[in-house]
This record gives sequence, C-alpha cells and structure tokens, in this order.
Amino acid sequence: MSGHDSKYFSTTKKGEIPELKEELNSQYKDKKKDAVKKVIAAMTVGKDVSSLFTDVVNCMQTENLELKKLVYLYLINYAKSNPDLAILAVNTFVKDSQDPNPLIRALAVRTMGCIRVDKITEYLCDPLQRCLKDDDPYVRKTAAICVAKLYDINAELVEDRGFLDTLKDLISDNNPMVVANAVAALAEIQETSARPIFEITSQTLSKLLTALNECTEWGQVFILDALSTYKAADALEAENIVERVTPRLQHANCAVVLSAVKMILQQMELITSTDVVRNLCKKMAPPLVTLLSAEPELQYVALRNISLIVQKRPTILAHEIKVFFCKYNDPIYVKMEKLEIMIKLASDRNIDQVLLEFKEYATEVDVDFVRKAVRAIGRCAIKLERAAERCISVLLELIKVKVNYVVQEAIIVIKDIFRRYPNTYESIIATLCESLDTLDEPEAKASMIWIIGEYAERIDNADELLESFLESFPEEQAMVQLQLLTATVKLFLKKPTEGPQQMIQVVLNNATMETDNPDLRDRAYIYWRLLSTDPEAAKDVVLAEKPVISDDSNSLEPSLLDELLGNIATLSSVYHKLPEAFVSRAKLTFARPDDEEYPAAVETGNSESPSYEVDGAAATSSQSFTSHETARQPVPVAAAPTPSSAPASPPAPVPDLLGDLLGLDNALVPVDQPIAPSGPPLPVLLPSTTGQGLQISAQLVRRDGQVFYNLLLENNSQVVLDGFMIQFNKNTFGLAAAGPLQIPPLLPQDSARTLLPMVMFQNLSTGPPNTLLQVAVKNNQQPVWYFNDKISLHVFFSEDGRMERANFLETWKSLPDSNEVAKDLSSAIIHSIDSTVENFAATNVFFVAKRRNANKDILYMSAKGPRGIPFLIELTASVGAPGVKCAVKTPSLEMAPLLFDAMEALLK
Amino acid sequence: MPVAASAIYFLNLRGDVLINRLYRDDVGGNMVDAFRMHIMQTKELGICPVRQIGGCSFFYMRISNVYIVIVVSSNANVACAFKFVVEAVALFKSYFGGAFDEDAIRNNFVLIYELLDEIMDFGYPQNLSPEILKLYITQEGVRSPFSSKPSDKPVPNATLQVTGAVGWRREGLVYKKNEVFLDIVESVNLLMSSKGSVLRCDVTGKILMKCFLSGMPDLKLGLNDKIGLEKESQLKSRPMKSGKTIELDDVTFHQCVNLTRFNSEKTVSFVPPDGEFELMKYRITEGVNLPFRVLPTIKELGRTRLEVNVKVKSVFGAKMFALGVVVKVPVPKQTAKTSFQVTSGRAKYNASVDCLVWKIRKFPGQTEATMSAEVELISTMTEKKPWTRPPIQMEFQVPMFTASGLRVRFLKVWEKSGYNTVEWVRYITKAGSYEIRC
Repeated sequence: MSGHDSKYFSTTKKGEIPELKEELNSQYKDKKKDAVKKVIAAMTVGKDVSSLFTDVVNCMQTENLELKKLVYLYLINYAKSNPDLAILAVNTFVKDSQDPNPLIRALAVRTMGCIRVDKITEYLCDPLQRCLKDDDPYVRKTAAICVAKLYDINAELVEDRGFLDTLKDLISDNNPMVVANAVAALAEIQETSARPIFEITSQTLSKLLTALNECTEWGQVFILDALSTYKAADALEAENIVERVTPRLQHANCAVVLSAVKMILQQMELITSTDVVRNLCKKMAPPLVTLLSAEPELQYVALRNISLIVQKRPTILAHEIKVFFCKYNDPIYVKMEKLEIMIKLASDRNIDQVLLEFKEYATEVDVDFVRKAVRAIGRCAIKLERAAERCISVLLELIKVKVNYVVQEAIIVIKDIFRRYPNTYESIIATLCESLDTLDEPEAKASMIWIIGEYAERIDNADELLESFLESFPEEQAMVQLQLLTATVKLFLKKPTEGPQQMIQVVLNNATMETDNPDLRDRAYIYWRLLSTDPEAAKDVVLAEKPVISDDSNSLEPSLLDELLGNIATLSSVYHKLPEAFVSRAKLTFARPDDEEYPAAVETGNSESPSYEVDGAAATSSQSFTSHETARQPVPVAAAPTPSSAPASPPAPVPDLLGDLLGLDNALVPVDQPIAPSGPPLPVLLPSTTGQGLQISAQLVRRDGQVFYNLLLENNSQVVLDGFMIQFNKNTFGLAAAGPLQIPPLLPQDSARTLLPMVMFQNLSTGPPNTLLQVAVKNNQQPVWYFNDKISLHVFFSEDGRMERANFLETWKSLPDSNEVAKDLSSAIIHSIDSTVENFAATNVFFVAKRRNANKDILYMSAKGPRGIPFLIELTASVGAPGVKCAVKTPSLEMAPLLFDAMEALLK
Repeated sequence: MPVAASAIYFLNLRGDVLINRLYRDDVGGNMVDAFRMHIMQTKELGICPVRQIGGCSFFYMRISNVYIVIVVSSNANVACAFKFVVEAVALFKSYFGGAFDEDAIRNNFVLIYELLDEIMDFGYPQNLSPEILKLYITQEGVRSPFSSKPSDKPVPNATLQVTGAVGWRREGLVYKKNEVFLDIVESVNLLMSSKGSVLRCDVTGKILMKCFLSGMPDLKLGLNDKIGLEKESQLKSRPMKSGKTIELDDVTFHQCVNLTRFNSEKTVSFVPPDGEFELMKYRITEGVNLPFRVLPTIKELGRTRLEVNVKVKSVFGAKMFALGVVVKVPVPKQTAKTSFQVTSGRAKYNASVDCLVWKIRKFPGQTEATMSAEVELISTMTEKKPWTRPPIQMEFQVPMFTASGLRVRFLKVWEKSGYNTVEWVRYITKAGSYEIRC
C-alpha cells in the first residue's frame, strides 16, 4: 500500500532550479503537481528553493486539494523570506476562506495563521472573523487556534478586533472540539498576557467539566490543564471537582491521566476530610502504576512526576514499591528514576526486599547504574536507622567482590554513614583499609582520608596510611588535598608524636607555599595559627562534635515542590525546575528583549541560575562534605579574635606570617559585606539582634511598571538558614507576594538580595487607608519573624499617569472643591525646579505646568495611583527654602494623607 | 500549557532530516543541528529522552531506524508530546499498511506532510483517529493512481465527524454479516529470585476488538471482575452468583468508552470504532496463575567450565498447551563450546546474544522438561570482573488460558435496526518480561 514518493528526491541534476521552474509552469496538471512535490522534497532536504516562490504561488489557484496543500506548505516555509511576494497569495487565501468546502475554508485560515508576515496578518482578520462564526465546527475549531496564532504575532490586533470575546463565546459552543481548542487558545493567550483575559469562574468550570466527557483525548488534556489553575472556594467545591475529574484516571491516554492527577492533587490541598483524601490517594495509585507499562519515554516522564508525587504524598504508593523494581532490559534512564523512587519509598517494612534488589543491581553491567545502586544502599542506611546495620553488611559484601568502582562508591557512602551514626560501625574500618591502594577517584580518596583522620586514634597505623597519600599531595585534586590537610591535623591532635609532627610540617608547607588554591591555603594558615597559639583551642575546633546529617539529598523545598506539582506532565516536572528557570519567554518579562537576541540571553540565564538539580547523588555527598566543612569553618574565624585579643604576643614559629594573617582578617571583613546592586541602602526592618542573627532590610520599589519588595537578608548567625518564606498581612492596598521567596540557603555571614514581585488587591484590609505593611518571614531554623514596614504611596504611581494641561484643568474643575486638601510639608525642600521635576518623573509623578506667584513657585503635577485614582497635585514653595505647601485634589480623599507622606519622602 | 511541540523532525540514524514541520515560531529552523551535535553524535544518545540544549528542549524517541524529535521552547506538556508521537506513528503505520521506517517515510513524504498539517495545529494535537482521517486525507499513493482526478470531493460530513462527539466512527456503515471479534491478550511479567521466590509478578492484559457492525451500535461488555459484578448485583438487587471473580488493579479504556458511566455504574459501554482497536487495558497483581515454573541451577566449575541445568514445569490445565516456548539462559561472553541434553525441543548456543537458546514448539500442560548443558569457556587472564549472571528469560504463548482468570461474561450489542450479531472470543497469554534470576 505504500507510496513511491522517494523518486522526487532523486533529481539532483545541474540545472535543477530552471528545470523545476519550467515544470511548475507546465500546462499539464500532473506535471505541475509532480514539480511541486519535487520542490517540497528539495525543501525537506534543506536545499534553497525560495527562488521558485512566484512559480509555486502561481499553482495555488487550483481545484486540487492535494496540490493546494503542498503549495500552502511551501508558503509557510518561505513567506517570511519573501514578504513582498507573499502578498500575491493573499487573494487566494481570502477566496479560499469562503469556499463552500469546509476543509478548504479551514485550511486557508490555518495556513494564513502560520504565515508570520505583517501584511498577510492584516488580511487575515476578516476571514478569521467569519470563520470563528462558521456553521461548520471543523472551521470553528481551526479558527479558535488561529486566534492564538494571531495573538502571538500581533496581540494588539487581536484585542482591537474583539477576537478575544468571540473566542470566549466559543467556550459555550455546542461542539466539544471547538470548546477544547478555544480553551487551549485562551489558556495560551493568558499565559503571555499580564492582564486577566481568561479567568475561570465556577460557571465556566462546570461547563468545561461537562465538556470533558465528550472531548477527544487531547481536548481533555487542554481542558484539564487549563482548569488546574482554578482555586476552589472551599472543600466542598474541591470535592465536587475531584469527583468529576476522577473518571479520567481510567483513560488509555497517559497525558489525560497525568493532567487529571495534577488537577486532583491541586484540589486535594483544600480538602479537609482525611477520609476523602485517603480515598483519593487509593484511587490515584493504580493509574500511576499503570503508566509504567507505557513506552519507556513515557515511563520516564511518569517516573519523574511520581518522584514529585511521592514526596508530597508518600502514602499514595507506599505499598507499591515492587512495581519500581528494575527490569533487566529497562533503559538506563528508567532504571535510574526507579532507583530514586525506591529510595524514597524504602521503609522499615520493605527494606529487606529493597536491599536484595539493590544488591542485585550492584552486580549489573552499567557502571553508572551500579554506582547509583551502591549509593542507594548508603542513603537507605542514613534514612532508616533500624536498617543501617543490614545496609552496612550488604555494602561490606559488595566491597569483598573487589570491583574497583563498587568499592570506591561504597567508601563514599560509608563515610556518610559514619557521620550519621558516630561511634557505631567503626569495626569495619579494617575492611575498608584493605582496599586503600585501589582507590583512584578523588571523591573516594577524600572519603577514605576523612575516615582515617576522624578515627585516627583507633587505627593503629593511621600515620602510615596517611603518609602513603602524602607522597602525591601536590598532584591530588583540591578535594583530596583539603581532606588530607584536615586529616593530618586531626591525626596530630590525637597522636602528638614525632611522626605526625613531621607529617604536619610537610602538609602545612605544601598547602601554604606550593599551592595556588586559596581555599587550601586559607585553611592551612588557620590550622597553622591555631596549632601554634593554642593546641587546646585547636582541639576544640578541629575535633568538635559534628552536627548530625540526614538524607535530604533529593528532597525539594516544600514551596518549590508545590509549584512543580502544579506543573505535572510538563517539562517543568521532568526537569524538577520552575518554568522560569528554563523558559525564555517568562510571564514576568515586561520589556521583552528583541527576539533576535533572546537565545543568547537564555543561555547565560541558564548558566547563572542556580538550578534545582536534584539528581546527583554526587551532589549529595559532596554537599555533605562541604556542609560539614563549612559548618566548621566559621568556628575558627569566630574564635580567631579571642587569642589575638589576649595581649600575650603569640609564641611565634612564623610571627610575621601571623601578623599578615591578622591584617588579612581585618581587611576581609568589609569585602565580605554584600555589595548593594544600586540605590541607597535599604532600611533595616529586622535588626540582627532581634532576629537571632538574621537581619532583614527591605523596601517596596517599582521597576518596569511592577511593584517589587526589595529584600536584603543577612545571616549573622552561626547556622545555615534555609527554606525562607514570606507572608504579608492584610493591608490597605492588598499587597501580597506574587511568587515564592527565592532565597538560596544562607551560609553564616552570607547575605542574599532579591526582588520579590508583588501583586495588589489580594488581601485587602478594611478600615481607613493606612501605610502599615506587616510582614512575616520564616525559615527552617528559626521562629517566625514579624516586622512592620511602611508603604509609600508613590510605588503605586503608574507609568501612564501623565496628563495633558487641558485634561488636567478639566479634571480639576470636574472635582468638587471639597475634594481638595492641603498640608504644609515643613521638612520638604525644593532645591531646583528642574531637578525636582526630573526626580518626580522618575517616580511617575508628572509635571503639568508651573507658574510664579509672589516669589513662590507653584508646580502642578499629576499622578495615577492604585485602581487608576488620579491625583492632581499643587506644590507651592520658594526654591531653596524649606517648607513646601502641598495641595491635592482627588476623587478618593482618604488617600490624601498617604499622598502627603509620599510627597514629603520624595522631597527630602 | 498543553502545547506539545514547536517543531517535529524525523531523522534517520545518520541524522539527515527526512521530514520536518515547524508549528510555532519560537524555535529556529536549525535546532536540529543542536540535536545532532549535542545528542546524536555523543554518548548522550539514549541516556535521557528529554534534554535541554540552549533555550530549547528536545524530546526524542527511536522507532525502527528513525528518530522522531520534538523541539519546544516553552514549558510544554511532555506526556502529551510523547503520546502524540506514539499515536502519530500508529496513524502512519495504518496509512502505509505496516512498517514505519526510513523508506516508508521517503516514499510517503507528501502524505506525511499532509497528515502532520492535520493532526497538529500550532503545537496542539488534533484528531488522530485513522478511521476519520482516512475519510478526507486520501493520497493516491495509498488508494489509487487516479491522481489527476480532483480528490477534493468532500465526504459529505467528514468535518462533522472529525469534531463530533463520536469522533472515531463513521456514519452509515453497512455490513451484511454483523460480527465482533474479541481477543483477550495477557502478558505475564515475572521476576523470580534464584531461590524460586516471586519478587514481582503482574499481568498486563488488553482486550482487542475487531468490529464489523452496521450503523451506530451501542455495546456493553461484562467481565467477571469483582467490582463490576458487585455493582451489578446491587443494581438488580439479587445476590451475586457464585463463581470465580477477579480483582482488577487498574483499567484504562479507549476514548470511545464512557468513563463517567464506568465510574458510576461500573459498566463498560461504548460506541466502537469500525475495524480493529484496543478497547481496554488492565493490570492485575493478585492471584496470578503463573503458567510456567523455572528451576535453574548454574554451577561454575573452576574458571573454564559451567554446568547449566534448567527444569521448566507447565502448571496450566492438562488439556491445554503452550506454543513457541523459548528459554534463554545467558552464558559468559567467552563461551567456547557447548553440549546439550534436552528432554524435549532443541537447544543451541547463540553467540550473538550470549545465550543458550532452548526452543520447544509445543509444551502440554502439567508436564515438565529439562535441559542440561555443559559450557566450556576460554580462559582469559584479563577478565578480572566476575560474570554478572543476567537473568534467564522466557517466551511463550498459551492459547485459551488467562493468567489472571479473566473471562468475558457477555457482550451486548444494541442498534436501532435490531440486527443479530455473532460474537467471537479468544484468549491468549503471552510472556511479557518473564525473568528468572540465576
């Protein structure tokens, strides 16, 4: 039954283009069609056939639908490079859009929407208008999508021509496919627009849920995805929605199932009845498991999503761990994800079975998979205290097999296990030491060295072991060098005999003189000084108790997790990153960069953004490295002043060096302070004395037409602070955070600055307007901090508040005199009219006119406040002298006091 | 955003573009170069089916000797994208009559372009039912060589059917003899430890239907599943008939099945597409009857010899039999010589898969067969790594047997003209991934 189009590819002669040209202009229809096919074939393989534009377009007016489609296809590809010629096609398009055959009408509109040439777009409007109201649903469903296409090219045109309203009407269309496409188009338009266009009311919701039953599978996905942002009013409504969505879980199309799961999870947040929640969890488990019998690529998508789901609601799949056991022939990406989920689902009840599986995997062929399996055993040991011993015995069995990379991986995880359960499993150290000479990977070496240093007093030949590593010190990776340095110091402190003393000389010499690595050098100096000033203090510092670690390697921050769950089935849920982190056209970018430039911008954006990379068991344990080292690092820094403040001059093997060090220390402090990006320092709202070391400075600012909360968080405490969240109490303007607070974990002495986008009219307080903004900030380590900020009205002044003189006068006159109030701003001053006008303009207070009256200058200004309230302002002052009289006329008089405050602040 | 694709590429194994279609403007035309450079020509290929390169994300699948690559730059619906590819390939296959590979694409590129235009608009999947599309997308390559004849004679209500609520069935079908064929096909997945304990076992089944029915019939299917039966006896307020009932872990249905009704009444009712389709899939983990037990012993005698002993027992009814039984026993790469003794069937060493392959054409129920083999290995000094012992794999088909015990109780056909229908039901159980560790 197959065709034989391949012949069209095989005409690569010299004069191909002229030959094609001739054939295209042939009078025989067959020849013409063959020629067009050849053109398309050439286009497919990447040859430039744009020079045939006119000839191909001439074939457009044909009764033959197949030929027409081919010509249209050509047009889509080349119209952009020949915009002037593309106009030639317009007539045919317009004619076709009125053809009696609905297929042709739809084809015309569909194709026109794909041709992104301005001139064509203008002509598209009328046919589109007609087709949106066509009798035939096929045409309407095509036109609905076309509106989204047009919006992408020219949003203004769509709004001006009222297409959005027509599109909204299509939601009530009697044909389910039209409804589905209209929903898809509206949802997309909403995504790119900052203004509410497609708001789902409970009425639309119910209409769409009914349409679900009749839609095609894809239509169901469009509708479910669009509805997933709907916030139910209460638990009852949420339950109703869920009840109507649950049947979708039985759909054969896994995209439908995932979108339904997304919607159910969203609504579950609101449901309070534990019975209902339990029941829903029970209902969702089987469909999720069934996803694993789809194609491997779809399994992968499902597994990445399941990994999120089990983190949020571990009960759903708690009893299904067996389905995640890897099959021998699963592709590697499926195996890796299954392993990750197995770790998450491992519990005291199933750990024996899980360990048997991991052990089996550790003997497979793929090295990465084997490594991950070994790490998985270690992570289970850290996670499940009661199973730790069994995990370790499995690890020991694996070490005995003596496969090099298995041994190395095992040592890395055992180091973490030692940290988690100190003084419990040290008996196995002897076994570990047997494999010492086979280690060739830096991380494994570093781990082994850490173990030797940490337990130096129990290993008889610890000094010999370390010495064997020392020979190659200069060639080692930084990670190994740092560990060697620390381990040698530990050894010396524990066994202050001659051997270790010599070793320490060698190491300190190497690490201070022979290296370019500042981290290594600094650490070496600090140890050096500690050892030389007060060995007891050194002991306290270097051999201090370490905080307990836990297996948090793959847990996402709750707010991030919630957002990702709202993105189930999309790329975001596969990458485990928010869409903003990888999508170039983010919603918040108001000033859209030139299209030509954005790919470059994206790349830098990506490399800079701290990705929420979760995969990486590698990241895990290296993190646990750094975290335990950094957790310790501040201690010497903080401890340093104590001995130096003691007047006794240090008994100095290297006195000058210490002097240097001290100077260095002092010099370092200012540099460490955060460099504010711009503008005056932010007012401190929560001093570190009240915030147990956390200091918060913040201010509302306006940037690019949006209100942001400019925040600076400084961690002056001794612990790492993470999991920051922010909330605003009800306030006059209903200000609330538009997104989660994105602050990376703050190391001690670290600070972070962020611009938190804000929305208005979210949580309005009642009562007379005031400027109070109550803020609550919490993190995972400290109690919730509350502090007050003052809202300055001018951040709400919008960019379009400029008024023409005539308009100003008219508005002034139209308002009754009772709406005018005045106040003397005694501390305000106008130094020069020009600079004042300029300053004001920067904050969207626009100059209208000025006049002079009795040595005083009178300025008239306009501004537009929240909800578009106009403020007509009159300032009377003598230049250079303090004291400005401010009069304001506005429809909402209660805002006047706030305005005065704002003006006073601006005129300071 | 449920957008599934900004562009779709079909590439051959060398990375040449066979066909491409740009649906949206947000990805450049040369994106495929990035795919070739960063994925196809590196070790990355096959490591992960979703990858980000620069500002774009790539989803790819390999089907026979073709890579299908989808490019997006937004937060697209990946599940939707992959499912679209799967369905599109099924559609193409139904048009070409079978194979989907590089040659088929080259030979039908005009048709594929036309279909790609129809099944996705601006990145949103549209109707992909072959039934309906064949009404109005009819390339001469597929149908007849009368290419000069204007082919745009519109099928009167094609457009209504594409968009209609029953978007998968054509109106006005007439058959002289109204017949329905039901095939219940089950795959048993098993993972057994070397000691014979079942680590994981489940059945994934599907009900394939072939319908040759006139008009717009309403069908209702009854199975011996517990929930459905309970509901039924509840509705009719009569006690449940005794007999074997089974518990389905999960079911998914073809889009023709009314899900809301299934949810409330637990009945499977639908208007079927014409011809062949997959009505439903189900999954069962409890009470699975394994058709075969395998007892392997593999002894490593020194460094150069292996003694393999595999006993296979059939545990289904004595009157039934299995067909095409294949047992694959992995052996080390350095296998040099093998000798076999089998009680039935034939065994040989297949070096390309490093397996002893034992085939038994017909295997009656309640019997057992054994294979003993001696394997000699070339002694190598370099091979430090011990042999990983991959699992034994098994293939088979057992007609008229369901591992789950599922039975069709009734299939009611109702059409307004009231014709009689003949229904045929077949059962077959196949091996899915039937693995025994050794």
